[in-house]
Amino acid sequence: MGQVLAPGVTAPDFTLHVTPDQTLSLSDLRGRPAILAFYPADWSPVCGDQMAVYNQVLPEFREHDAEVVGISVDSAWCHQAFAETRHLHFPLLADFEPKGAIARQYGAYRDGEGVCERALFVVDRDGIIFWSYRSPIAVNPGADGILDALDRLEKQENSDGRAQSAGNGG
Amino acid sequence: MAELKVPVTAADHARGGANGQVVLVEYGDYECPYCRLAHVQVMQLGRHFGDDLTYVFRHFPLTEIHPFAEPAAEAAEFAGAQGRFWDMHDAIYAHQEQLSLLFLMGAARALGLSERTLEVALEAHTYAPKVAQDFRGGIRSGVNGTPTFFINGHRHDGPFDYQHLADAIQSVRSGL
Repeated sequence: MGQVLAPGVTAPDFTLHVTPDQTLSLSDLRGRPAILAFYPADWSPVCGDQMAVYNQVLPEFREHDAEVVGISVDSAWCHQAFAETRHLHFPLLADFEPKGAIARQYGAYRDGEGVCERALFVVDRDGIIFWSYRSPIAVNPGADGILDALDRLEKQENSDGRAQSAGNGG
Repeated sequence: MAELKVPVTAADHARGGANGQVVLVEYGDYECPYCRLAHVQVMQLGRHFGDDLTYVFRHFPLTEIHPFAEPAAEAAEFAGAQGRFWDMHDAIYAHQEQLSLLFLMGAARALGLSERTLEVALEAHTYAPKVAQDFRGGIRSGVNGTPTFFINGHRHDGPFDYQHLADAIQSVRSGL
């Protein structure tokens, strides 16, 4: 197992299918914190729980102005069916062709199994990785690490005087 | 390893030993089939460990996939406000396949509680803040689906069948 990309590194840009006829690029999210959640597969019960939890935490992610995207090697059609069934309200990206190419760039691909690791990245407004975490493949990491990272990011932005709303600068 | 961020207090719903050496906290959803299975295991754990085990239930309704999870949680809180939390809790899990608003009303009636008052409380979301508070605390503690268990504050990442939970509880108890 390699290492996932560490904080301080520019998050590699990507353009992936979010539906069979639409794509999404990381650069589209520039200007807001982005949460990249790599996960092994749609439909497996534990993954379903992980995405179901993020779905329920969306209001808290949005309080931090953050967008979350799920990324796996499943196809856009598979993602579409999964998202519809589970009523997911955030994009699932298909790292499908070439398979796992983006996950590899993030150090989040499992060669033997041909699936993504359970790896989480919080990317800041400028596209720099602020926090990353790889969970053991069998352990769904939940959302606490992401929210803690978003709290720290917000604090850092405020102390840097880079907060968007006036008066927050320190 | 994820840790429980919200300590157990008197505001929690607890059963089993009043001051058990081991405290098992579950974050659960009333419409989740895995939680129903877990309910049976938890009852069995209670019989096995007796007063050594305190069991606490907190709400973690996955409302996007379980439309009745939230009203059920609020109905349990409604019953709890009248000292009948566990009666409602057990009734819901015993008849989970029938879960509906009508079922919750009937369950209230069977407990001698006012259906009309429950109806008003559900419409006004009187108990929603309590449920939301449980949910937010769960998220911050690393709850990653339902059910999620914490044993003396540490998230239990293994399977939640009787034997795995009993072994985990036993090993914590022996280490004390």
